[in-house]
Amino acid sequence: MNGVARRARFGHTLHAEWVKFRSLRSTWYMLVCLFAVGLGVMALAMGRAGETYRGASAAERLAWDPTNLSLTSYLVAQLIIGVHGTLVVTSEYATGLVRTSLAATPRRHRLLAAKVVVTTAVAVVAGQALMFAAFLLGQALLAAQDVPNAALGDPGVLSAVAGGGLYLSAIALLGIGLGTILRATAGAIATLVGIVFLVPALSGLLPSWLRGLLDFWPSQGAAAVFTTVPDPAHPHPWLNLGGMCLGIAAVLAAGFVLFHRRDV
Amino acid sequence: MTMIDVRGLTKRYGPDTVVDDLSFTVEAGQVTGFLGPNGAGKSTTMRMILGLAAPTSGSATVGGRRYRDLPAPLTEVGALLDAGAVHGDRKARDHLLALAVGSGLPRRRVDEVLARTGLEGVAGRRAGGFSLGMRQRLGIAAALLGDPRVLIFDEPVNGLAPEGIRWIRGFMRSLAREGRAVLVSSHLMSEMAQTADHLVVIGRGRLVADTSVSEFLRGSGEGTVLVRTGEPAAFTPLLTAAGATVREGPESSLVVSGLTGEEIGKLAAYHGVALSELTPRRPSLEDAFMELTRDSVEYRGVTA
Repeated sequence: MNGVARRARFGHTLHAEWVKFRSLRSTWYMLVCLFAVGLGVMALAMGRAGETYRGASAAERLAWDPTNLSLTSYLVAQLIIGVHGTLVVTSEYATGLVRTSLAATPRRHRLLAAKVVVTTAVAVVAGQALMFAAFLLGQALLAAQDVPNAALGDPGVLSAVAGGGLYLSAIALLGIGLGTILRATAGAIATLVGIVFLVPALSGLLPSWLRGLLDFWPSQGAAAVFTTVPDPAHPHPWLNLGGMCLGIAAVLAAGFVLFHRRDV
Repeated sequence: MTMIDVRGLTKRYGPDTVVDDLSFTVEAGQVTGFLGPNGAGKSTTMRMILGLAAPTSGSATVGGRRYRDLPAPLTEVGALLDAGAVHGDRKARDHLLALAVGSGLPRRRVDEVLARTGLEGVAGRRAGGFSLGMRQRLGIAAALLGDPRVLIFDEPVNGLAPEGIRWIRGFMRSLAREGRAVLVSSHLMSEMAQTADHLVVIGRGRLVADTSVSEFLRGSGEGTVLVRTGEPAAFTPLLTAAGATVREGPESSLVVSGLTGEEIGKLAAYHGVALSELTPRRPSLEDAFMELTRDSVEYRGVTA
């Protein structure tokens, strides 16, 4: 009946996910929001930096980390980027579109992998752009207040800025993993907030055998990558970030298994 | 030609058997009505055909292959399960474009199906602002993207205005005329009487009937004849003596079963009884359907 039949390949699925991604206004709102809030929080943090530095003790001045100061907006940015990751999956469940998508692409791993690739690509670009913008603007604000500031060439700075961008991309993947496992927007976002905000806030209550986990936890040990002044508790920040990525990979793997097995 | 082959299909959710050892086929070139009360397992069966839900046992194949094994599914099967399954923030054209590029279909197919479903004018509008009728059309457009030989529609006329219903009926007929196999579900018998060539009736997940529409009617009783005469009291015993069953109808008419209109006319002429009306009445499909599925309706109201 048709002369258009062609075997669909991964590239086609990827292209379809890109069309879906770019055709939603919420995608672009998310990106605008990410930069507005990310840079806004950074500007607030910088606003009081001059005052803080001048009132600081000698020991505090020794631990002065202008790079870290300009990257603190990651705390809010990770929520925005993570929520977007969950929505990539849960919005399809909310509308029932996931059935249409899976009828078109019955190879479920391929569909989820395409979502992961598109979301990661966008998160890497947006995450790096935000971290570099925050760093450069932040240092300019510090220089204007005449307090010590950093340059990209200083030791450890590039690693902190680029590592920060990767941290944000990893949180986007955590969002996809949670969205796939929980399928509902509210539950997935609540879990995400629990992981990045609540667990760190309640860390003091955890039994000691669980505290080791916090070394690799978002907003905790894994956030050591944002610093340039070595923290004695986390001498190898990339090890902590790597641990977090492993954990997220496990969440994502569970998502793949469930997505393959469950009825929709 | 058999396009969909369902064999021994069974789906259990815990202790509930939603689809129970169901077997039927869907042939090319006709509309197959998939009929059953709400909750009979129609949607679950369709989801299993489309590989969205895994059968507990049994199989469903399209063109001899499991749906998941189809190399380019949209070019073989088009399905509309739920008209609401569109992201409201996405434009109609983008919704179709994502599906088209995902299956390696040329972009011109998007414009072709938009034209065929009469949606060209609203292609650039966001689906969230669409009426139910427009969403149905968009869902049908998506089903047609790959120019498939098999089409599956789940309750396509549910909630539509009369002109929308008429359009979908005509559309399904034209798809079948083009040689495609069309499987369309409904819980309304009257709907199927207007569109379907063949009927697959299920109740509580089990097959109740698998037959052509005309056979279905014939098998459901001979129907009745409405008789009107000036002297019903005198004519009734004559009819009964000839083997008929007589009930009183509206406005002192008689509802006769067991005799044909012709036989009743001859009987009246023989006895010199003047008839003012003699109307054979076919059993309605709705009656036949209710009769068949009486035992398999899950929830029933009490008739007042």
